[in-house]
Amino acid sequence: MTTPQDTQLKAQIQVKNFNFYYGKFHAIKNVHLDIFDRRVTAFIGPSGCGKSTLLRALNRMYELYPNQRAEGQILLDGRNILDREADLNLLRARVGMVFQKPNPFPKSIYENVAYGPRIHGLAKAKADMDAIVEQSLQKAGLWNEVKDRLQESGTGLSGGQQQRLCIARAVAVSPEVILMDEPCSALDPIATAKVEELIHELRANFTIVIVTHSMQQAARVSQRTAMFHLGNLVEENDTDKMFTNPDDQRTQDYIMGRFG
Amino acid sequence: MQLLTQRKIVNGLAISLSLAAMAFGLMWLIWILFTVLGIGASALSASLFTEMTPPPGGQGGLANAIAGSAMMVTLATLIGTPVGVLTGVFLAEYGSRSLMAEATRFINDLLLSAPSIVVGLFVYGLYVAKQGSFSGWAGVIALALIVVPVVVRTTENMLTLVPNTLREAAFALGAPRWKVIMMVTLRSARAGVITGVLLAVARIAGETAPLLFTALSNQFWSLDLDKPMANLPVTIFKFAMSPFPDWQRLAWAGVFLITLSVLAINIVARTLLTKQPEH
Amino acid sequence: MAPSHIVSAYDEELKYLSRRISEMGGTAEQMVADSVRALVTTDAALAQKVISEDITLDNAERQINEKAIVTIAKRQPMAADLREIMGAIRIAAELERVGDLGKNTAKRVIAVQSSGMPRTLARGLEHLAELALMQLKEVLDVYATRSVDKAKAIRERDDEIDAIYTSLFRELLTYMMEDPRNITPCTHLLFCAKNIERIGDHATNIAETIYYMATGSQPEGERPKDDTSTSVVAADLSEASE
Repeated sequence: MTTPQDTQLKAQIQVKNFNFYYGKFHAIKNVHLDIFDRRVTAFIGPSGCGKSTLLRALNRMYELYPNQRAEGQILLDGRNILDREADLNLLRARVGMVFQKPNPFPKSIYENVAYGPRIHGLAKAKADMDAIVEQSLQKAGLWNEVKDRLQESGTGLSGGQQQRLCIARAVAVSPEVILMDEPCSALDPIATAKVEELIHELRANFTIVIVTHSMQQAARVSQRTAMFHLGNLVEENDTDKMFTNPDDQRTQDYIMGRFG
Repeated sequence: MQLLTQRKIVNGLAISLSLAAMAFGLMWLIWILFTVLGIGASALSASLFTEMTPPPGGQGGLANAIAGSAMMVTLATLIGTPVGVLTGVFLAEYGSRSLMAEATRFINDLLLSAPSIVVGLFVYGLYVAKQGSFSGWAGVIALALIVVPVVVRTTENMLTLVPNTLREAAFALGAPRWKVIMMVTLRSARAGVITGVLLAVARIAGETAPLLFTALSNQFWSLDLDKPMANLPVTIFKFAMSPFPDWQRLAWAGVFLITLSVLAINIVARTLLTKQPEH
Repeated sequence: MAPSHIVSAYDEELKYLSRRISEMGGTAEQMVADSVRALVTTDAALAQKVISEDITLDNAERQINEKAIVTIAKRQPMAADLREIMGAIRIAAELERVGDLGKNTAKRVIAVQSSGMPRTLARGLEHLAELALMQLKEVLDVYATRSVDKAKAIRERDDEIDAIYTSLFRELLTYMMEDPRNITPCTHLLFCAKNIERIGDHATNIAETIYYMATGSQPEGERPKDDTSTSVVAADLSEASE
């Protein structure tokens, strides 16, 4: 792992000696990685390399499924989130997630955004909740488009709007980290551009980790990039360097489309 | 060209056969319905709902039978639905691959296909014989035992239809499991679950065999669940087998009522299922 | 050697650029050699040939630029591929300039023809041209092999050419001072010498570009420069001729 050029960066998440198993299959092999505070980190790599697996371990999503096991440490602000005693729901409030296919709840737009704060008791009065909903939709760049139809169903929006609604929903609980699993792969180019712009704006207040298949997208939105291959972390570097002159030959081959 | 005409012929043949089969099946159904509607409608009158079941040869109605059926069906549904839904939730959300879940599913399927007379006899042996008398409660228990497997099956099916992405989205926000189930999963499957309940109701509305051994029947007006309770199916059974034309007419009226209510429930269930899910 | 691209058309496009550059290089080499020989032997026909050859290089540069831009738009090249394409654009521009310099030299053949060329001067020019041509040839080889060490060596050798140019400069000035009738032809020859020195510089530029294409960074240190002609004054010359 190479040190970043900006040495004032604080590592918000530290992955140490991390291994992951699907049953007997050793999916992630001994990964050490730092995710820096209020920067966008991109995970890239060919299919099956473990990037989505690692992303989903950062908020322990794998625990929804049997036969998936994690070993090692993931420290969020110094505390290991893989501990048995760690509060899972609190973790997921601090580390939010946006998925590949937009998945708004079959409820109204308002209720979609209010779901998270409601669960964690973040708003006592209706006025407070209204404020949270409005701010979140503003942050997601969706407020102007939906402010007159908050009671309409979330599933009635276009694909790009639905994804931004999901981002608003994630932002509503004021997380520290937002995980994005290929958020643009189901969107058209204009919607993709809007989400990328959004990521750029969100960066000021949130740490973002994004898994993407598009090299160009990773180059555009991230400051640090980590490249994975067959469960190994091949290289982790400043994005600009990674895409103009990477250190590892495997990285070079992958980003140039020369993978055998 | 030869291949094309060959295919057209085969296609035409297959369609004709399907239509013929459908017509054949529908014909019987329509015949039954028309018969029931025809004869039953002629026996309809306001007195059906106001007067009690008469002694042989007398004039009367089906008021006590209707009341008794309504009461037992409602109570059985109220008891059976929560049990069924919660079991369905367990099977779909909590232990879906575990040994307990597999066993539960197996037993549920057995119960689902068990003849209802077996259920009736079971309640007879366990409850009626011990109590010493037939009663409305025994009828309610028997009917509830028929409701539960139906609701379990439909609830589990409807819940597994809810895409995992929706659950993941809720979990990712930090919701505890029961909240995810209550506020997201069950909500989404709501229409399907209610349909399942309605179908169970439609089923028990017409069940005769279990009631024969449990609630039996009652000539008089009685809403006392500790005593034998009048109900439509058994009343129809008794009246239809009798040689008295008045009783037979009342039996047809009863059949008409049951058929109509089952039809109505099915229509409601169908519209519910196809309606768009609301928030 | 890195594996080839999954999309083979991409490899074809890069190969096209490579090939065109090599062809351009060959033509440029030929033009320079011919222009110097035409100058030294005052062969007007050869000079004309060189002049008309220049259009080939102009066309080639244009085609390489167009192809490179299309490839960038289509393939969104990364890392080494991107440096490869950018390098091709720059080298094409350098080679086109080399061609122009050769043409410029050829054009002056007629002007020099009338007064003839002193033997020593001819030898000096030929020697300068030999070195420049060698640099050019070497650098075109290095383009094919991408040898980082050889690229650095070419860069180092540029000062030899500069040194010879400086002495030619002084010699020409001396001739001009001896006999005013020499001024016109010698001025032309001065420009020709300068052209040849510039060709050497272009070869060095190409070497630096190749270094960047191969490694992703610029070579370290200042490029060695021994061209002190900028500070030559008349006083130095009268000293030398005495």
